[in-house]
Amino acid sequence: MRPSIRFLDDDLIQRIVREARDILRELGVEIHNRAVLDLLGDHGARIDTTRMRAWIGDDLVDRALESAPRSFKLYDVLGNETHDFSGDRVYFTPGSAAINILDGETGVIRKPTTQDYVRYARLVGELENLASQATAFIPADVPETISDSYRLFLSLLYCEKPVVTGAFTIEAFEIMRDLQLAVRGTREALEARPLTVFSCCPTSPIKWSDVTSQNLVDCARHGIPVEFISMPLSGFMAPVTLTGTLIQHTAETLSGVVICQLARPGAPMLYGGSPAVFDVRYETTPMGAVETMMVDCAYNEIGKFLGMPTQAYISLSDAKQLDAQAGLESSMGATLAALAGINNVSGPGMLDFESCQSLEKLVVDNEICGMTCRLIDGIVPREDFPALPLFQELLRDKHLLIADHTRKYWKQEIRYPGPVIDRANQARWLEEGGLTLQQRASREVQRRIRAARPSRLPEESRRDLIRLMEAEAVRRGMDRLPDREDPAQGG
Amino acid sequence: MDLLKDIARSLERGDDEQVAALTRQAIEASVAPQRILNEGLIAGMNVVGEQFRLHEIFLPDVLLAARAMNAGMALLKPLLIGDAVPSLGTVVIGSVKGDMHDIGKNLVGTMLRGAGFEVIDLGNDVDPIEFVDVAVAKKARVIGLSALITTTMPVMRDVVDIVNERGLKEQIKVIVGGAPVSRNFAEQIGADDYGYDAANAVDRVKALMASA
Repeated sequence: MRPSIRFLDDDLIQRIVREARDILRELGVEIHNRAVLDLLGDHGARIDTTRMRAWIGDDLVDRALESAPRSFKLYDVLGNETHDFSGDRVYFTPGSAAINILDGETGVIRKPTTQDYVRYARLVGELENLASQATAFIPADVPETISDSYRLFLSLLYCEKPVVTGAFTIEAFEIMRDLQLAVRGTREALEARPLTVFSCCPTSPIKWSDVTSQNLVDCARHGIPVEFISMPLSGFMAPVTLTGTLIQHTAETLSGVVICQLARPGAPMLYGGSPAVFDVRYETTPMGAVETMMVDCAYNEIGKFLGMPTQAYISLSDAKQLDAQAGLESSMGATLAALAGINNVSGPGMLDFESCQSLEKLVVDNEICGMTCRLIDGIVPREDFPALPLFQELLRDKHLLIADHTRKYWKQEIRYPGPVIDRANQARWLEEGGLTLQQRASREVQRRIRAARPSRLPEESRRDLIRLMEAEAVRRGMDRLPDREDPAQGG
Repeated sequence: MDLLKDIARSLERGDDEQVAALTRQAIEASVAPQRILNEGLIAGMNVVGEQFRLHEIFLPDVLLAARAMNAGMALLKPLLIGDAVPSLGTVVIGSVKGDMHDIGKNLVGTMLRGAGFEVIDLGNDVDPIEFVDVAVAKKARVIGLSALITTTMPVMRDVVDIVNERGLKEQIKVIVGGAPVSRNFAEQIGADDYGYDAANAVDRVKALMASA
């Protein structure tokens, strides 16, 4: 039996969805993109182009839910399947788009560089419990105009895993699509084996900007999967009650589902989000609040009820250092996400309200993810019945260390974490240096990067990626891209 | 005077109806409007400000107190003569061109109004020139710029540049804020100040007004 957790019964889910539909029908959604408004209008929605508003009726919602795919798959740069977003399968991915990095040596939060990104891409490729990479942070050594595409370029160049990403402008979509085509070869191949998921974010309350709505349509039309990232803030830009927040999240996400499915019926989507409660003491949006996590798990139930695979920003922390708060918030989030069956769990590595990435935290979170994956494997009988023979053996030999039963099942039953997690007794721990978690994580980052295998991306694709990105950089006013030393090659 | 103390206490509790009723009572009792303002409303807001600074009360309490203050001011304003109408100054705020996010900006605007500033909110996706044009037209001493995404932050520099190019640097101060913005960034673009949250933004705007 797979362990699970549930927050809403079907009756409450249906009431929430009904209210969300009422909002879309009666209050409408603000959309700052004329083409998207027209798309909705062409399919029967009432639109007001002066007020930039569309009223989405039940028929459009029903049609969108009908065509929404129940699942989709992701593939790495070599074309191998890595994800099957369906049912309660859980995959972890680093949090995306951080503007800072926690320097592993100095403990200072600073702006990231290209070199940090290359180290990150090498590292995440080696972390066995992170099924995909994300464009985890924004290198500050390139202009903002290419900051989105440049992250994707580095990710595709240095790591084989598929990428959770997003565009910051309408114009960037083209180069980001072309970078993917450099890997896959043709548009048909890319549609058949998607390589990325693009985050598309409505603005609370119940609004789509020009950029995000256009990104959504562009992705849909190219068969590039999207994940909706609705971000209601309970008590500020959303009702303070978790139920009210869920109503808003449902309305915002359904509006995205409608736009996406009208742009292209059957376009792959993840029903996702990054809601938070609002802390009135500090004007902050704690991702580590238990209520935030509850809303994440609950809207995931709504998404599954509506028949879609899901995503959430959970398993991350608001701490500014790799400390106990970072551990407890990330662990609780990862555990709840796994029990809830959230399909794409975004968050590992993240600190400081989704604004900071840490490579050291990433290796710790890799362990947390491993623990939760073991958790949801549950307790399964493994030749345990009848038990008498095994206990006869135990009483005879006084142990079961080398029993056939043990040798067959010990690796399946018991997870053995990496060196980041200390399991030595105190004497051994002291003898081996008495290292703190921070120190162990720092060593592990370096070890993993040194041992990282180079990406097997074909040379032709590598050349095409570099050519495309260099041309884009020149178009945006750069002479050349920053130097990229490969740390795995001793650089 | 007990009535004025009651006004202050009601304001501290965020009771706008009671503040309005007591202010009306004080006016009818021929208490000088200036006294009602200073010893009733402002006295109450000062206590609220100090409690907020000491983290004894929080944002919603401040907003409720500001609403109560406005309830009293609505009755007093017609009676106060010219310069006696308290305004700490005029601030023009907005989210810069390309940015649809207005959560933080809305919060700052509300807090500034509660603190006694005249606030002109230009909304979101605002052209750099509009910030400066409106600030000049309305004699605003401070322009507050908000951005929530990194791609719109460069627009903040455009606003600073326009202020400088028009020779307005001494008259108009620019303060910036938003999740991706930092003090470092503010210094790089030549902004006059940076607010890390709404409460801090109010303090910084007060300082900028005082320095003008």
